[in-house]
Amino acid sequence: MKPVSIDKLRIQLGSAVILPDVSFEVNGGECFGLIGESGSGKSTVLRCMSLLFNSWSGDIRIDGTSVREMSAFERCRTFQMVFQDPYGSLHPRHSVRTTLSEPLKIHKLDNHQQRMESALTDVGLPVDFLDRYPHQLSGGQRQRVAIARALILEPDILLLDEPTSALDVSVQAEILNLLVRLREEKGFTYLIVSHDLAVVDHMCDRFAVMQGGKIVEILPREAIPDNQAAMPYAKELIAASLKYERTVE
Amino acid sequence: MTDLNLTPNVTQKASKPQWLVSTQNLVLFLLKNPTSAYGLFVLALLIILAIIGPLLATHDPYIQDLRNALQAPSAEHYFGTDELGRDIYSRLLYGTRISLTIIGIVSVVVGPIGLTIGTVAGYLGGKVDTVLMRITDIFLSFPSLILSLAFVAALGPSLYNAIIAISLTAWPPIARLARAETLTFRQTDYIAAARLQGASSFRIIWRSIVPMCLPSVIIRLTLNMAVVILTAAGLGFLGLGAQPPLPEWGAMIATGRRYMIDSWWVVTFPGIAIFCVSLGFNLLGDGLRDALDPKQLNRR
Repeated sequence: MKPVSIDKLRIQLGSAVILPDVSFEVNGGECFGLIGESGSGKSTVLRCMSLLFNSWSGDIRIDGTSVREMSAFERCRTFQMVFQDPYGSLHPRHSVRTTLSEPLKIHKLDNHQQRMESALTDVGLPVDFLDRYPHQLSGGQRQRVAIARALILEPDILLLDEPTSALDVSVQAEILNLLVRLREEKGFTYLIVSHDLAVVDHMCDRFAVMQGGKIVEILPREAIPDNQAAMPYAKELIAASLKYERTVE
Repeated sequence: MTDLNLTPNVTQKASKPQWLVSTQNLVLFLLKNPTSAYGLFVLALLIILAIIGPLLATHDPYIQDLRNALQAPSAEHYFGTDELGRDIYSRLLYGTRISLTIIGIVSVVVGPIGLTIGTVAGYLGGKVDTVLMRITDIFLSFPSLILSLAFVAALGPSLYNAIIAISLTAWPPIARLARAETLTFRQTDYIAAARLQGASSFRIIWRSIVPMCLPSVIIRLTLNMAVVILTAAGLGFLGLGAQPPLPEWGAMIATGRRYMIDSWWVVTFPGIAIFCVSLGFNLLGDGLRDALDPKQLNRR
């Protein structure tokens, strides 16, 4: 149950300012959503936090410790990431067993078999899937394996980068329910990026609306149904999304 | 649970090790296509002849018999005799060992060097990339035969120096290829995931990137073998490769050149052997390219 605080996160490459100033706080055990149009910098925030992208200024603290000061191993044990595209996030030539045992070998953990089996059981896959290759799995199964890979190091925080947008609707619901269940069981802090308001409505306690690298407004989930957003952009985004949902229904 | 793509053969596949299954499928794929089957056949024949060649040889390849010099092909000498009365058929058989040695050593040396330099340069990028790639560029800026000539001239003519010289000139294209492949993989999510799990650069290169580059490097190496055989023959022809009396095919052509007008068999049979083997490797490389194409991965 570790809280995350992002303070004045800024990316400037040459004269181009990618993220001007992003600050928000996530409480321990909370599910926090980042929502916005394409290119608004949602995924970039996650990439900065995980140090996959390193040229940023500002401060990202997890439970009071800056991510830059953490050792690489400590960082891996604190948070893990689930990627958008399950077809690209699993190594095509590694079996599920290899995918799951690599992090255990790197961190020199014991009981490999037991840990791998429990991770697979946690995400609702049978244990004999260990010897399968990604091309023998469906999209939803791949995403479950990706989640199992994130769980196997027992992190406190999961960064979810549009975890369902590459999946079709029925599979989306399964994965979202799985994520909700895991959070209830293990008390993760979630930081979830999405462009789908329905996903945020289903998962998150609070969410931030982003536009052009800035946080427009931070709202609680309860604000969605009757659109209590104060800022015009956030109001427009939620209204458009609600209208779309009504048309679909 | 979505069990839509469960295929019935998955369980029986799991009982055999994965590499055995994929090798088996690869060979079957190559055999389906007549051209790649020919390539595979030539490679197999070359290996078999190198092993049992001495049993099939009718004469000692080194014994000279000047009374029987330049005999036309006959029942006694299948491919005739050369200017010193040595049996060309037997010499060709012994020559397979030399060709296979050259191919073997060059592949074993060039593959790992090219792969290491290419993947390290591609993955680490920055200064390491610049330094390694400029070195590669320097090697690439000379024609490979000229560069190997220079190396052999410096090292002194012998079979093993020829092998070293060929290896020194054959790795840069492999390194280039491995780097280009690495650049396409380094931004993928599975590499990002490996980094997030705390994997070191060495581990990522060795465990994640090398397996992805391996198919194209193997294809390239196979296609390169044709060039290697021709370069070795060329060096042998110029007297800088295998030294007499070693029955190296290029050297056999070189010495037979003077008798070409009157005794066609002296150069023809080694020439046919070189042609068949280098064509075989080219066709095998083409077949491998089709078989190892990533788009067809799902079929195996």
